[in-house]
Amino acid sequence: MLEPVPAPTHAPLLPLTLEGVGWAAGNQLLLADISAIVAPGSRTVVLGANGAGKSVLLRVCHGLLRPTTGSVRWNTPEVPGAPRRQAMVFQRPVLFRRSAMGNVTFALGLAGVARSERQDRARAALARVGLGALADRPARLLSGGEQQRLALARAWSLQPEVLFLDEPTANLDPGATREVEAVIEAIHRAGTKIVLVTHNLGQARRLGDEVLFLDRGRLVERAPVDRFFLQPASAEAAAFLEGELPWT
Amino acid sequence: MNTVALALAEAATLIARADAELTQIVLLSLKVSAASIVAATAIAMPLGAWLAVAAFPGRRAIVVALNALLGLPSVVVGLAVYLLLSRAGPLGAFGILFTPAAMVIAQAILVTPLIGALTRQAVSDAWQETREQLRSLGAGSLASALALLWDLRFSLVTVVLAGFGRAVSEVGAVMIVGGNIDGVTRVMTTAIALETSKGDLPLALGLGFVLLAIVLVVNALAYVIREAVQRRHA
Repeated sequence: MLEPVPAPTHAPLLPLTLEGVGWAAGNQLLLADISAIVAPGSRTVVLGANGAGKSVLLRVCHGLLRPTTGSVRWNTPEVPGAPRRQAMVFQRPVLFRRSAMGNVTFALGLAGVARSERQDRARAALARVGLGALADRPARLLSGGEQQRLALARAWSLQPEVLFLDEPTANLDPGATREVEAVIEAIHRAGTKIVLVTHNLGQARRLGDEVLFLDRGRLVERAPVDRFFLQPASAEAAAFLEGELPWT
Repeated sequence: MNTVALALAEAATLIARADAELTQIVLLSLKVSAASIVAATAIAMPLGAWLAVAAFPGRRAIVVALNALLGLPSVVVGLAVYLLLSRAGPLGAFGILFTPAAMVIAQAILVTPLIGALTRQAVSDAWQETREQLRSLGAGSLASALALLWDLRFSLVTVVLAGFGRAVSEVGAVMIVGGNIDGVTRVMTTAIALETSKGDLPLALGLGFVLLAIVLVVNALAYVIREAVQRRHA
């Protein structure tokens, strides 16, 4: 059922190296001096309070925002205009006025997949997230959870080496959240690096291997999930964990 | 009052028996406006979408200019096209002044800013919501513009219909470049103007009713399409 990410015929995209990355809007500094290496394999969770800069960091990594200072370097630089080797799923899924299937084939088309292959690949991707029966439905009439799974199917169909997720379950009920988490888990097992922003601590524990903890735009702590939750090394992380309800 | 009632009755008969003169005028109106809309749409929609999506210096100035052109007086367009197409004008050699072709050109010029500005506005709103996703998928300006045009296809039908409404009910430009020649370039609006000044109210009123009906049908169509889309695509 799982379609593994094909072994890259070219040098892998990862690791991603951030060096002194900062991002400012006007004179408001939203990210400051972030240095980190994002390695393939493990699932990375970016944690932090609202306004800590999590979403900005994700966008800078994905290339949607250009860092105002520092550098973002992939192991293999992306070629402008070439099909992307990374994908992103947003908090509110952005779907087009097409069928569920049409949304996936559209993305495959942009990624340069031959027309003859698009249908099969889209169908397979929809089946993997449990939307096989809804392939012909208008995407925007799907439920919130189905829409987010469709967004995941669209991203997955591209067989990205890295998948960025920006609070993908923030607007979903617990049932839909479980389904989305299962899909994320499956994408990870198929070989895609997961970088997930969340402020749901339960989700961080369930889906994360390591935590990047941001506080007011700075990378304060980086630790394996278990250690982060049991023994946060920084005062900021300890305060954050204390402030959040542990069972949410 | 009595004259009006009489004229109304006569107008009704003209329409009911599909009077030859009336039919010819209505058909020419529809043909000229339809042709001008096709031309204007082909130019204005891609341009409007591209203006919404692309980022380049001077874009704002172009958008402001485009919106200002919405208020373009039709007689001024008529005059400009007249000068272009007149014997001594730069395009005089084509000899199309006082032909339906000239009217199509004038109406297309008149309606292009309208379709362009409305398209740009619609695409621009959609772009705010989809820009990150489209860029994430690797879509450039052209691919994004095309994708959004397709995404908005149903709303854009109403843009085209709005353009058609403007074209078919416009009088100044077609009067100047068409010349209101009986049987050749006489359309509903120019005929109404002429017949009214001649005092032939029945034909003027009959044409007025047909024009109203057409505008009404066009708007009803726009409404129905919008409703249907909202049901189908949310």
